[in-house]
Amino acid sequence: MTYAPSERQQERIAFRRRQAIRSVLLAAGSTVVVGVLLTVAVTGSPGWPRVKRSFFDLDTATKYLPDVLEGFWLNVRLFVVCAPLALVLGLLIAILRTSRGPVAFPVRVLAGGYTYTFRGLPLIITIYLFAFGIPGLRLQGTPDVVVLGAAAIVVTYGAYLAEVFRAGIESVHPSQVAAARSLGLTRRQAMRHVVLPQAVRRVTPALLNDVVALQKDVGLISLAGSIDAIRAAQIGAAQSANFTPYVVAAVLFILLALPLIAITDRVTLNAVRAQNAGA
Amino acid sequence: MLLSCTDVRKVFGDHVVLDDLSLDVAEHEVVALIGASGSGKSTLLRCVNLLAEIDDGTIRLDGEEITDPRINADLVRRKIGLVFQSYNLFPHMTVLDNITLAPTRVHRRAADETRAQAMTWLERLGLADKARTYPDRLSGGQQQRVAIVRALVNSPRLLLLDEVTSALDPELVGEVLTMIRDLKSEGMTMVLATHEMGFAKQVADRVAFLHAGKVLEQGPPEQVLGDPTEPRTRQFLSRIIEAGRL
Ligand SMILES: Nc1ncnc2c1ncn2[C@@H]1O[C@H](COP(=O)(O)OP(=O)(O)OP(=O)(O)O)[C@@H](O)[C@H]1O
Ligand SMILES: [Mg+2]
Repeated sequence: MTYAPSERQQERIAFRRRQAIRSVLLAAGSTVVVGVLLTVAVTGSPGWPRVKRSFFDLDTATKYLPDVLEGFWLNVRLFVVCAPLALVLGLLIAILRTSRGPVAFPVRVLAGGYTYTFRGLPLIITIYLFAFGIPGLRLQGTPDVVVLGAAAIVVTYGAYLAEVFRAGIESVHPSQVAAARSLGLTRRQAMRHVVLPQAVRRVTPALLNDVVALQKDVGLISLAGSIDAIRAAQIGAAQSANFTPYVVAAVLFILLALPLIAITDRVTLNAVRAQNAGA
Repeated sequence: MLLSCTDVRKVFGDHVVLDDLSLDVAEHEVVALIGASGSGKSTLLRCVNLLAEIDDGTIRLDGEEITDPRINADLVRRKIGLVFQSYNLFPHMTVLDNITLAPTRVHRRAADETRAQAMTWLERLGLADKARTYPDRLSGGQQQRVAIVRALVNSPRLLLLDEVTSALDPELVGEVLTMIRDLKSEGMTMVLATHEMGFAKQVADRVAFLHAGKVLEQGPPEQVLGDPTEPRTRQFLSRIIEAGRL
């Protein structure tokens, strides 16, 4: 005999469907109300015409878009280079910090000192120190300020990411290591095949959050004098006596961040679900 | 003697768990460790596998002192399989990967050969269709059997089993029991900690009763479980009988 839902079950299904439709309608309704209220509040405010002129001027936007876009290309390249380097550095430091044995002692101390220093140091100061301090040494082959600024970003975010990785490594239960070692795996093999995969999975949402933050902070390279989107916008704003170029840069940054933020949200949600399912 | 523990001492803080404990296990012998909860059965197994460091005494495997600090503990552990009370499967790996991890990474055997061997085992246990499943989708009994296979594919000289039946219903206990009997007939040397006296009676050549950090009484299962000489053993068994586990 084929299965047919009982009357009671059919009633339940129908009820749930009605509920779902009701909540969609409610959500749509409240969105419209909030949107209208916000629009009225902003455009109805006494200063709105002036703000509109100096922040949302279409002519200024089109005029400076090419410059800002060209600068933005530098930000994109910086991000693409800095993010993986910072992740690798962070992972390396985390592994060093959790290493054992007397030989590794100085390594542990150095790695610990590094994370403490660069987590405490404001990124702006680090960029100044790297971009202006290192060339001051007048060493041969000192790289370009862009490279030095990028190094400052990598070193700072490496320290943040190292702490995230370390939290992940320490969250893996010791019984997992015991199981791996009982099978004859060395400490290093247990780390590589058993601890790290679980640790990285657990902290992926936190890692991605830091990567999103890094994506914005590549804009601080403008402090070193490199012409990125923010610097280009600054120049544009000075020339036109209008803030619109900043808004153009802002929109570009948001557009770049959107996909990564969406991925982060999805990964976080999946991680939470997986955790709850396991329990 | 394959395994020989002499005057083993293990303390946690000022809590003496193993106090000059001695126990010998001959090749092809199956020894059941019984004793109250907290008597140190798991601790002894962890010490033998060098997962815990002993505080005094010696443990020998095949005549070699494995508690010598100069010895390579990783090499020793490769000869000893341990199945944990709580399975400890690796949650991020499929059943098959759990089983083949050590053979491929530690013993450097060819991946397809170990995989074939693992599949043979899984088929034997009726778990072949679970090979690509992750551990959290398995029942406790299924996880336990995977954990046993994971230890077995390393072809250990000695297999340590910690309460492998504690989470299983009677029918599954029967399955694990059959598995262990088969292993025994193939000549595997085993030390198993258990609260199931019926289980001990059926598979063990010898039963050792742990009390106050020592092996208080040991002998054939019929004698130790049926007619114990020590009053402490009798007391322990009568409590077990009250709880309906004999
Ligand atoms: N890592 C540890 N730190 C401190 N005390 C511990 C540790 N491991 C075990 N103990 C203590 O050692 C004693 C023996 O524990 P063990 O797990 O060996 O008992 P057991 O005989 O296996 O008990 P059960 O039958 O409940 O599994 C217990 O009192 C326990 O609290
Ligand atoms: Mg135990």
